[in-house]
Amino acid sequence: MYPTYGASRGVTTQGQDTFKLYSGMMTTGVIVGGLVGVLILWTIIRYRRRSDEMPKQFHENIPIEILYTGIPVIIVAFLFLFTVITENKVDATVPANARVTSTGTPVLDVKVTAFQWGWRFDYLRNNVSISGDVTNGPDHHGPQMVVPVGQTVQVTLVSNDVIHGFYVRDFNFSRYALPGVVNTFDLDVVHTGTFPGQCTQICGLYHTEMLFSVRAVTPAAFQSWAAGERASGHTLQRQPEPAANTPPADTNVTPSSALAAPSSKKGSL
Amino acid sequence: MRASGAILAIIGVFFGIMGIVYWFTSYEDAGFLMLMGSALLGILPGGYYLWWSKRMKPLEGDLPDASVSDGEGVIDSFPGSSIWPFLLGMGAMFATLTFIFGLWLAPIALALGLSAVIGAVVESRRGGTV
Amino acid sequence: MTTTIESPELIEPEEPGASDGHGTGGHGPDEHGHDASHAHYEGPTGILNWLTSTDHKVIGKSYMITSLVLFFIAGGMALIIRGQLSNPTSSLVNFQTYNELFTMHGSLMLYLFAGPFAFGGLANYIVPIQIGAPDMAFPRLNALSYWLYLGGSSIMTLSFVVAGGAASFGWVAYAPLSNAINSPGAGTDMWLMSLGLTGFSAIFTGVNLVATIFYLRAPGMTMFRVPIFSWNMLVTGILILIAFPVLFGAVVMLFCDRHFGTHIYSVSGGGVPVLWQHLFWFFGHPEVYILALPYFGIVTDIIPVFSRKPLFGYRGMVFATLSIAALSTGVWAHHMFTTGVVLLPFFSLLSYLIAVPTGIKFFNWIGTMWGGQLSFQTPMLFSMGFLFAFLMGGVTGVLLASPPVDFMTHDTYFVVAHFHQVLIGTTVFAGFAGFYFWYPKMYGRMLSERLGKIHFWLLFIGFWVTFIPQYIVGLDGMPRRIADYLPGNGWTGLNVISTVGAMIIGASFLFFLANLVTSWRKPVPAGDNPWDGGALEWFTSSPPPHHNFTHLPPIRSERPTWDYNHPEHRKDESHGDKRHREHDKETVGANS
Repeated sequence: MYPTYGASRGVTTQGQDTFKLYSGMMTTGVIVGGLVGVLILWTIIRYRRRSDEMPKQFHENIPIEILYTGIPVIIVAFLFLFTVITENKVDATVPANARVTSTGTPVLDVKVTAFQWGWRFDYLRNNVSISGDVTNGPDHHGPQMVVPVGQTVQVTLVSNDVIHGFYVRDFNFSRYALPGVVNTFDLDVVHTGTFPGQCTQICGLYHTEMLFSVRAVTPAAFQSWAAGERASGHTLQRQPEPAANTPPADTNVTPSSALAAPSSKKGSL
Repeated sequence: MRASGAILAIIGVFFGIMGIVYWFTSYEDAGFLMLMGSALLGILPGGYYLWWSKRMKPLEGDLPDASVSDGEGVIDSFPGSSIWPFLLGMGAMFATLTFIFGLWLAPIALALGLSAVIGAVVESRRGGTV
Repeated sequence: MTTTIESPELIEPEEPGASDGHGTGGHGPDEHGHDASHAHYEGPTGILNWLTSTDHKVIGKSYMITSLVLFFIAGGMALIIRGQLSNPTSSLVNFQTYNELFTMHGSLMLYLFAGPFAFGGLANYIVPIQIGAPDMAFPRLNALSYWLYLGGSSIMTLSFVVAGGAASFGWVAYAPLSNAINSPGAGTDMWLMSLGLTGFSAIFTGVNLVATIFYLRAPGMTMFRVPIFSWNMLVTGILILIAFPVLFGAVVMLFCDRHFGTHIYSVSGGGVPVLWQHLFWFFGHPEVYILALPYFGIVTDIIPVFSRKPLFGYRGMVFATLSIAALSTGVWAHHMFTTGVVLLPFFSLLSYLIAVPTGIKFFNWIGTMWGGQLSFQTPMLFSMGFLFAFLMGGVTGVLLASPPVDFMTHDTYFVVAHFHQVLIGTTVFAGFAGFYFWYPKMYGRMLSERLGKIHFWLLFIGFWVTFIPQYIVGLDGMPRRIADYLPGNGWTGLNVISTVGAMIIGASFLFFLANLVTSWRKPVPAGDNPWDGGALEWFTSSPPPHHNFTHLPPIRSERPTWDYNHPEHRKDESHGDKRHREHDKETVGANS
């Protein structure tokens, strides 16, 4: 029903909606573009010069011109309609600070901070903070954002220095982290797995290596992961806000200090 | 003249409508102002042309049945060759370089620019020279 | 000296029976034994002529040569970029150099080649001749705009040699990456100043084009008889006047942010970084059409000539050009969908609507070829290359008008492939179509058909080999502007194919250069009208005399030269004056 044309089918409900729109538009494009292409080719072959006879000198054909103005209008009207429907689904977010969606799905808040040149994922209700940057080594794959499947992950995306792009190929989604702007979007991951992500907007020297990944796990596995991270000291208090233009030191290494405060505010999960 | 004026005016009015629609759907001021600026850019010269098109003899270029002999005579004066555009352009280049590399370039920019401006004005007054 | 220009003399067509009917030879003034003395040129020659000329033909050629040199420099950068990407662990260049290379590749191609080649080069040369004018309306302003362009181009190209290197933030220079903290160094300032200078150069050319087409049309050349190339240049001129002042304002404000302590684009001082994107793309999207419309015009002029037919749907074409221009000013934020701070449906709808006039153009081109006698000389081949390239680029462009699909592909190689298909389709395929088409007019000598066809086929093959893999690798998640990637990404094979394609494109231009050299060493005289063209430029000699015309034919359609050479096929001018219509009918009737 929906050929992929090289794209991901999406591992979030939003990504799957986007994929269906993409696939449908691509099919339309292949049909329309293919027809026009074949028409051009046929014209080239059929009317190549065979004699010196002068062809008929016609200038216009108003009915045909109206036809090929009207049909594209109808096509793009339909494309626009489907676009708006999909866009409303993709852009819909649950209200800020909501604990459950209207259908009762639990909501997980993650504040994502992009900086030169790394990522920081703050699980505000779980007291977990993961961060990593290009100093992690030449073969690094960046910090990992762990999310539970079957729940709504509300991402709040910010940047304190320059513009970055949060992009996960299998989510069929990207959004800029703009200084001075807080961007919020929801992700409903439906499949477990690890999905690579990368900064898409040129952000300076190490833009190339600004990698991260997203690992989707079951809610139970997520809880035990969060507990493990808290135990190893990756809590919100341990992570200072990265300052502009000064990537923090390697924060994936567990600090040896024993002063890591135990989590005081439990998450909703 | 009428066709030219109408083209500009219609484009201007289109931008005006778009600007108003844009404002009332987004309340974003940069885009609104730029669209309104574009609207004026079309409406002002377009309106001027339309105003004049009713008050002057139509251009030969606008008459569908005008013949080349109707436009016989002097078309206009065109400058032959002139060194001043070159000097003015180089003056402008040095002026921008002054902003980057410091004031020591300013005398070159000023010398080139001023001589070109004076030269071009004098050239126009006395009918031009190389 | 100031030259007072007398109008050219009228030259009535010969009796249709006496004409050879196909106009293979010229019908210029020499053939009719008139002398060109009232338009002779008494100025300096050689290098002084180049420095002082205000002749639109000299300036147009200077523009073309300069922009082609910059095209080759930027093309060389593209080959280095492709070399770096052909291997996941390549260290051909380091990150800093790579960032500088793609920034300058984009800047040179978009600001300094694509636009100036069309509106400074071809348009400057061809538009006045097409509308029967002796020169541009403001010849000295025209010369000034070339010198500003040369100055600006030199500054940008030389920014590689200053300390800190060239600008390295991409050709869009998003704030705050382009501020003084993130991009210190003179390279960025030179980039900004270059945009200032070339921006003014473009504005002056735009003013000149609009004034020339509005006021200097020859008698009888009404607006609706102006050839589509000149029509498109008029609309391009209007778009330039809308877009470039905004760019200039944005650039000045960024410069103030960098050096004079303002905080227009910085959050810390209460500024708004996204304002840069609004201003930039309000310039940037019309700029896309400033780069595209002239090339649409070239193709629209070429296809009828090699189909031996008039343009199909002339008025539809004018309407389509005007609506593309009007819509293009209301779609800037479709480059900003992923910022999350723009109104999506408004920009999405207008972006979709642009597909409609573009479609009209496509069908009009097909309609022009329909039922014709198509001959595929080099200019026509390049035009066909344009049709296919632009079809693919256009279809993928419609996808990007949809915000969700844009979220999915934005800043990946899908977008890179899309805009390269559009821009190479227009500026390279259509641009070189125009170059091959008008070169005989500009230099009075032919280019080799054989070398031209090799150039075309290598370019055409290389083009698809380069960019189809980029669509696929983009959908597989490869972001743009990255200098390397992990072997485990699985992007290596596609990137290797793409690099091979780029090398083929590079090789094709060796045949172009060989073609130029051949035409200079062994000139083949072109004659006045080698293609049996219909517009006025084919009426005058090759190259045209100073101030272009000693004689003009009667102008009764958009193809006056065709009407003159083929009186038996003259267009029945339905919107002309009644007296003339009857006169024309009589003439046609008497001889058929």
